[in-house]
Amino acid sequence: MTKVQTTRRDVLMGALLSGGALFVGGISGVARAAGTAAASQVTAFGPFIRIAPDGMVTVVAKFSELGQGTHSGLAAIVAEELDADWAKTAVEAAPANAKIYGRAGFGMQLTGGSGSIVDSWMPLRKAGAAARAMFVSAAASQWGVPASEITVENGVVRHAKSGKSAGFGALLDAAAKVPPPADPLLKTPEQFKLVGTQRVTRLDARAKSTGQPMYTQDVRLPNMVYAMVAHSPKFGGKVASFDATEAKKISGVVDVMQIPSGVAVIAKNSWAAKKGRDALKVSWDDSAAETRSTAAIADEYRAMATGEKPVKWASFAKAGDATGAFADAAKVATFDMAFPLLAHAPMEPMNCVAEVTPDGAHLRFGSQAQTFDQQAAAQILGISPDKVTIDTLPAGGSFGRRAVPQCDYQREAIEIAKRMGVGKPVKMIWTREDDMAGGFYRPMSHHHVRVALAADGYPAAWEHRLVGGSIVAGGPMAMMMQGGVDPLVVEGVQGSPYFKATPIVDAATFHPPSKITALWLRSVGATHTAMAMEHIVDQLAARAKIDPVAYRRELYRRAKAESHLAVLDKAAELAGWDKPIDKGWARGVAVHECFGTTVANIAEVSPVDGEPKVRRVVVVVDCGFAVSPDQVAAQMEGGVMYGLSYSLFGDVKLVDGVVQTTNFDSYRVLRHTEAPKVEVHILPSAKPPTGAGEPGTPVVGPAVANALLTLTGKPVTAMPIIKSA
Amino acid sequence: MATTLKINGKNVAVEAEADTPLLWVLRDELGLTGTKFGCGMAQCGACTIHLDGTATRSCVTTVDMAKGANITTIEGLGGKHKLQEAWVRANVPQCGYCQSGQIMSAAALLKTNPKPSDTEIAEAMNGNICRCGCYNRINAAIKDAAGVTA
Repeated sequence: MTKVQTTRRDVLMGALLSGGALFVGGISGVARAAGTAAASQVTAFGPFIRIAPDGMVTVVAKFSELGQGTHSGLAAIVAEELDADWAKTAVEAAPANAKIYGRAGFGMQLTGGSGSIVDSWMPLRKAGAAARAMFVSAAASQWGVPASEITVENGVVRHAKSGKSAGFGALLDAAAKVPPPADPLLKTPEQFKLVGTQRVTRLDARAKSTGQPMYTQDVRLPNMVYAMVAHSPKFGGKVASFDATEAKKISGVVDVMQIPSGVAVIAKNSWAAKKGRDALKVSWDDSAAETRSTAAIADEYRAMATGEKPVKWASFAKAGDATGAFADAAKVATFDMAFPLLAHAPMEPMNCVAEVTPDGAHLRFGSQAQTFDQQAAAQILGISPDKVTIDTLPAGGSFGRRAVPQCDYQREAIEIAKRMGVGKPVKMIWTREDDMAGGFYRPMSHHHVRVALAADGYPAAWEHRLVGGSIVAGGPMAMMMQGGVDPLVVEGVQGSPYFKATPIVDAATFHPPSKITALWLRSVGATHTAMAMEHIVDQLAARAKIDPVAYRRELYRRAKAESHLAVLDKAAELAGWDKPIDKGWARGVAVHECFGTTVANIAEVSPVDGEPKVRRVVVVVDCGFAVSPDQVAAQMEGGVMYGLSYSLFGDVKLVDGVVQTTNFDSYRVLRHTEAPKVEVHILPSAKPPTGAGEPGTPVVGPAVANALLTLTGKPVTAMPIIKSA
Repeated sequence: MATTLKINGKNVAVEAEADTPLLWVLRDELGLTGTKFGCGMAQCGACTIHLDGTATRSCVTTVDMAKGANITTIEGLGGKHKLQEAWVRANVPQCGYCQSGQIMSAAALLKTNPKPSDTEIAEAMNGNICRCGCYNRINAAIKDAAGVTA
């Protein structure tokens, strides 16, 4: 069984036709309102469930599969309440249609903020339970038995007394005619057989272990051409002129064209496109481009944060009266921490297959923000967004990069497809160098912090100055700005339990404008705020001569931060915090909450050959009810690796405006030999699920820095850690 | 230019310039898209194939270099290879994009070292980057396939 297809829409339409009887009537109000195109996606069981005559259950996932395992989690929620057979459950990406598949309260179809399971937990439970009730009702009428005596297990509907049983497939037509109950009875957690257990496996594990075609990079279509785009080496640069003579001599090159972001080379295959682009001569107009080096920008941010260079601060947290709070210098500790640009660097570089069709456009790619992508295509082609069909394919990683509201790489594919004309699909691919130099980085920042200490060694006053590039200002998400504060930059400082435990707080930010494009990167603000807060707290504990775990416990007690306390205590127990460790090694601890999920890490670290070696990381996570414990664990394992990678090595460098770190030789990432053993413990919880994809990422960096502080007495003042080590 | 390559046990005629990386011939000409493009300079391992049994980066191996050799791609492992079964059992893949290359490197390792230690696995796999960070599970799946107890 192939669950992932590059021609998903064709498969979907085929299924709709073959299951004809099912699709008459029973269309929900939301689908009717959305119009016929959308309504055709909806079955008697609603927009999220399709059941085939052979009993196969297909769950339609409105969130994108980027590696985080959300497709399997979404499918498991339905399968649980439906009592489907997990071995006969498949999952498929939803079409782009925000009216049906938009995120609750968001009005857009977009995957992010670790919110997929959070969004769909109740709606999919209800959808599954309603479908189950329809099968039960159909069986009761067919068999002439009371519905209350019917059970459903593994896709089989059964009446024990009469010995009658039937699979979903056999009852399909009858069930489809039953009106769906508006308020179906949901299971109690004690009745769960699938969710919350190790039985929730990854439905894509086999396809992804056997090289099945599924990614954008794998799309092959009749008449398809391949394209690569020459981009300005500097942010804000424009094409002045170009000479395509040599490029056009390359065998396989079919066209060269200017598009708004550069010059595109169109070819019969990827390699010809690459050679053609290499042969292209472009001169760039840098008059409006960023020409500074990252070192100079970092120095400017430092000067701003420390007050050397005056800026207009915007307050984001205030408590008590800070006047005179820092007067006694002997009791004031000052901290500085600088953060570089980070590249998302997923394994599959950005790419998009775009085609202009007689009545609109067809995009096939690892879309993560379908609504933005539809709008971008509609704007370029002068059509309405609902004429833009998207086949959302599994993405070869994203870490936030593909949910880009500016739709930078998507626009390139669409611009080229527009020029190619109807029926000429174009696969626009970026090389690794395009991807690394393509911007939309986690922006740079500098934290300058003063903490006045009380006699007991705990903070009496906390002054925080955060200079950092905005993610949303000036872009399509600018409505998120709150009076000069980008909440995505300050989150994690704002709302910190350490602020709640401190009587006087004065926190403010300034977002210097930048031509270097910025974007959220896995765990967003926490990528730097967790590091700043957690490393400062360890330094405060050291100054107070209090054990860092004990110091945190007291602060969490004061802040009434129960989840923080719970993960901290469990991690200390599992890591053997109070036990001795090998000579030359130290443990470091950190705790951070983001997207409603609290994570503690305790890392074992030693300097080996001049670099920090991390051999073991204990992770304790409180993410509410874990739908798929194995995939929560996978996200914690992967989060540690991703966070450790950027904390140790991540640093996009620009010299005179040009990115220097353009491939894995110069932009170092974590490899097998550098991977610690990660042990994950999920705190049992009766609360609804909270996020899992991102919160595991930002905690390991400060845990490692704190271990190094114990070993060397020296704090990390500039990231990445290897720069300070 | 017409060239004959021996891929997954079959002779295949391909039309490609001699300097074309094998990666793009496999992917664009032959539709063997299991072998992935990741970096183009032998840094990430996503394009790993076997050339006469040795793990090789196909992004820097030209058609000319591959002539006459036995080329094996992920498709050539057959889909039921003990490593692939172990990968599924351990739910190794996240985004999955690097996994063809990881499995091909692991398969080459087990041919020369059927019972590798943790250190030998890490060293043999060090050229294969996984940005999702599935390293622990990759290690566990290789040991599972090799019958090495943890």
